[in-house]
Amino acid sequence: MKNITQQLLGLVSDLFGAPDGAYNIREDGACAGRQSTDQIEITPKMGKPGIDILIKPGTQGENVYIPACVTHSDVDDLVYNDFYVGENADVTIIAGCGVHTEGEESSQHNGIHRFFLQKGAHVRYVEKHIGIGEGTGKRIINPQTYIEIAEGGSLEMDTVQMKGVDSTRRVTRGKLAAGSRLLIKEKIMTHGDQTAETDFEVELDGDGSGVDLISRSVAKGRSHQVFRSKIYGNCACTGHSECDAIIMDHGVVSAIPELTANHVDAALIHEAAIGKIAGEQITKLMTLGLTEEEAEAKIIEGFLK
Amino acid sequence: MLELKHISVDVAGEDGEKGILKNVNLTVDDGKFVVITGPNGGGKSTLAKVVAGINPPTEGQIFFDGQDITGLGITERAKLGISFAFQQPVRFKGITVRDMVELAAGEKIEEEQLCGYLRDVGLCAKDYIDREINASLSGGEIKRIEIAMVMARKTRLTIFDEPEAGIDLWSFNNLIDVFQRMRREIRGSIVIISHQERILGIADEIVVLSGGVITAHGPRDEILPTLLGDDKCQFCPKLEEA
Repeated sequence: MKNITQQLLGLVSDLFGAPDGAYNIREDGACAGRQSTDQIEITPKMGKPGIDILIKPGTQGENVYIPACVTHSDVDDLVYNDFYVGENADVTIIAGCGVHTEGEESSQHNGIHRFFLQKGAHVRYVEKHIGIGEGTGKRIINPQTYIEIAEGGSLEMDTVQMKGVDSTRRVTRGKLAAGSRLLIKEKIMTHGDQTAETDFEVELDGDGSGVDLISRSVAKGRSHQVFRSKIYGNCACTGHSECDAIIMDHGVVSAIPELTANHVDAALIHEAAIGKIAGEQITKLMTLGLTEEEAEAKIIEGFLK
Repeated sequence: MLELKHISVDVAGEDGEKGILKNVNLTVDDGKFVVITGPNGGGKSTLAKVVAGINPPTEGQIFFDGQDITGLGITERAKLGISFAFQQPVRFKGITVRDMVELAAGEKIEEEQLCGYLRDVGLCAKDYIDREINASLSGGEIKRIEIAMVMARKTRLTIFDEPEAGIDLWSFNNLIDVFQRMRREIRGSIVIISHQERILGIADEIVVLSGGVITAHGPRDEILPTLLGDDKCQFCPKLEEA
């Protein structure tokens, strides 16, 4: 495994060395390490890049690491990873992607992850994206996440993009059966000329299902972000989406929510707030002895914590 | 020692410049507990903000321990030892009570000490340490956290802008204890803007600010009876006429 891969792994999944449990480490489009366990089987796909991750029913408390790293310029990586989570399993999946460029050519990683949760399964899905390197080549990460949750299942997704990713289009689709829950917390910071586009679409198909989409973002420099969310309430269900953004310098953020209630008992809410840091917040921290710059940094650190 | 010399603050109004503070001269000696009172709109909060560096004066000078701080910003004054508890505390998404008290103290502090500050302002510490200072806190809760923050700073001058606002009567006695303890433990000066008789009752000195000018300033025993002696509001000429 390359040094840069090791550095990226530390950044995206807090991994230093091979993890305990099941894992698959992807490096420049190839496999740099794989391990299954008694409960979690990882097998390569036939005919297209990617892996199938089979989590047996009733698996409790195991972690699955599936980080992907791009270590140099001029890489165009595409991967399909499918997760089949058995009934009443309860696992944590740590994904994440790091892209390093040292030259003029761009590099990109397109990760297409599909989750099929059986009845009563619970998944915590953690995903962190980062770009590093001195190269002028663009670092591009386009994750796609498809989630189907059967009765009584739940998935919590924590997705973070902190810095260095020049362009990203993040597509997430969800389909929820009765009594299932989906919680997505997204945190994005963009700077320079970066662009980030988030596109959520969730279908609430079963009575008692619920979704909560929470996005917090900061757009600095001349960066540009778009937040799109569509929630379809097709039954007695609850849906909530929230876009909370701080803009700085010449940053631009658009929030485009769409709620469709196809059933009289669907309760759907959207909240959006976009603006610069409130002057009184900076003033308050300055009265505690922070400089204006320190106050701004503290406010953003808290906001994206 | 804090000295305000010929402080005026003008703001642009519909009818031209309007004086919020008019040639205010005030000295707060070391270790004194001074309460500034007076009618709403009299310039009290503006005066506090002038000292903290939030509102620059149009004219005049401010000295802190003999140093002219008129040209200094908020941060520099805070570092010199001036604390300011806002009348309407500010909310922050994602920043916790612990974060803020530690920022105020300027260092990491032990949980026991942190709990002590919160207990002093009547909050059950364990429930609050990791709470965000966001919209989920009530007006009274955030107000007490604001007071805990300035207590943690332990500076030579602490200014409170209407600390009683939003605090229920039940907790109010506690607040009086807090101020009394502060004056014992911190050998600094305390300036409180307040309308509360109980707070006026523990002052060394009382300043009455009305219409942007100091209309009275002296020891508590001298000033307080003149404020409480009449059923009619002495600041309201219309009532006097009625």
